[in-house]
Amino acid sequence: MNVYAIRAIYRQEMYRMWRTVLGSIFTPVITTSLYFVVFGAAIGSRMQPIDGVHYANFIVPGLIMMQLLTQGIFNASFGIHMPKFNGTIYEVLSAPVSPIEILVGYVGAAATKAVILGLIIMGVAWAFVPFHILHPFVMLAFLVVTALTFSLFGFAIGIWADGFDKLQVIPTMIVMPLTFLGGTFYSINMLPGFWRTVALFNPIVYLVNGFRWSFYGIADVTPLISLAFTGGFMLICLAVIYWMFRTGYKLKV
Amino acid sequence: MTQPIISISGLEKAYGNGFRALKGVDLEIRKGEIFALLGPNGAGKTTLIGIVCGTVTPTGGQVLVDGKDVIRDYRATRGRIGLVPQELSIDGFERVYSTVRFSRGLFGKPPNPDHIEKVLKDLALWDKKDNQVRMLSGGMKRRVLIAKALAHEPDILFLDEPTAGVDVELRRDMWEMIRRLREAGTTIILTTHYLEEAEDMADRVGVINKGEIVLVEDKQALMSKLGRRQLSLQLAKPLDALPEALKGWSVDLNGGGNELVFNFDSASEHADIAALLRRLGELGIDFKDLHTRESSLEDIFVDLIRAPAA
Repeated sequence: MNVYAIRAIYRQEMYRMWRTVLGSIFTPVITTSLYFVVFGAAIGSRMQPIDGVHYANFIVPGLIMMQLLTQGIFNASFGIHMPKFNGTIYEVLSAPVSPIEILVGYVGAAATKAVILGLIIMGVAWAFVPFHILHPFVMLAFLVVTALTFSLFGFAIGIWADGFDKLQVIPTMIVMPLTFLGGTFYSINMLPGFWRTVALFNPIVYLVNGFRWSFYGIADVTPLISLAFTGGFMLICLAVIYWMFRTGYKLKV
Repeated sequence: MTQPIISISGLEKAYGNGFRALKGVDLEIRKGEIFALLGPNGAGKTTLIGIVCGTVTPTGGQVLVDGKDVIRDYRATRGRIGLVPQELSIDGFERVYSTVRFSRGLFGKPPNPDHIEKVLKDLALWDKKDNQVRMLSGGMKRRVLIAKALAHEPDILFLDEPTAGVDVELRRDMWEMIRRLREAGTTIILTTHYLEEAEDMADRVGVINKGEIVLVEDKQALMSKLGRRQLSLQLAKPLDALPEALKGWSVDLNGGGNELVFNFDSASEHADIAALLRRLGELGIDFKDLHTRESSLEDIFVDLIRAPAA
């Protein structure tokens, strides 16, 4: 095991976060704050509580989850795509490192950043709408597992993409709509019957619900199914990445 | 003979579009030598280096580094190799010191600030260590790439066009450093377009063209085997035509009858020139100036590449 290599990659990626702190921390924090102001305070004050939870509080877990997904994907896809783009990937490919070590370094750093960001946003949210977390350890587990899963997903996207436009395609065309339709701003029980069934095919619904359950103990689907879904998605991402490394897909010629 | 540190046999690389970049390359690199790999653009130099270093997957053949297979035993082989790529592939936002430290870690070596300091000082980069790479000149960026390649103390160093875009003084420093590395026992394989550099530096020269090794030769032997000498005489009085008596020599009358140019291949004896000069005296052909020229590696190279595949 080349521990020094894992550490070097991890450290370099974390360093990149501090270097780009405006984009990687402040932007998502400001975006989320706007959601709290508009949906939580302005609109939320006119909304009825959902399952006994005040609307401003109701949207907190979903908003954190939203940033966790987006940033996890962004960090990891960017982290591995940049070296491909500027050619520095030659160094990683010529180093005595195994695919697993590369993965642990890049995805570990991306997930760490996502978790740090998630916790910061949680703090910001708390400043707007004080809340109480019912199951803090389950909450942390969801935070970490989701950050890891979507960092893996982002890593795969970063290898697949051969340009910056492609890097954006999946996050904006697929992940973003699924997130908005994933029950961040409403309970899927509020949807008409047909759309409620459609919503159950959206993996994000399970993430948001599992996470919300850890906060308030309310959910549209049981938390165990949520966790199983996230775990399943993580395994799919791992399998895809394993295949990419084995075949040298878009990494080596 | 010294034992080979790298032995390449039957190496093949075909790209997806059917292009065969390497067609069964066999090559041995000896421990501790400076080996210059020459060839025109697109000959397969970079592909060959890429396979040894692990950035390119071969489609056939085998590469052994000190007896170990570069694919099966990649950890052992790659740890000993440093690669300086042809392109200035480096993250401009990184700082010099941290990017060099990163390379050392990536290659599995424990931190060693003393070594990194030494490498940076050797490359005259120490006072730039806290600069962002993008603020450096092209020549300095290339030195940062060399520093990165040396950060893990490799005993085999690949330099792909190391002096492209580097000014004369810097180039001289760089060769000085490469000499020092060789003295310390590092094996160096380089490609270059500046053939006079290969001529200066290399112990052996390999020429690759269209994916095939055309020749591998000790540089001295190559120069004397394929080298030519040329003698030009500026005549005191122009000649109308080449005198009959000189027809036996390989000679041309140039410059409107003002210059006689004789070609000797290196196999011919030195006595030939003396005989020639005596003959000119007998013929009453006077000359006011003379100069001789030996063919450089560049001429040899051009001849080899132009010649129909032998």
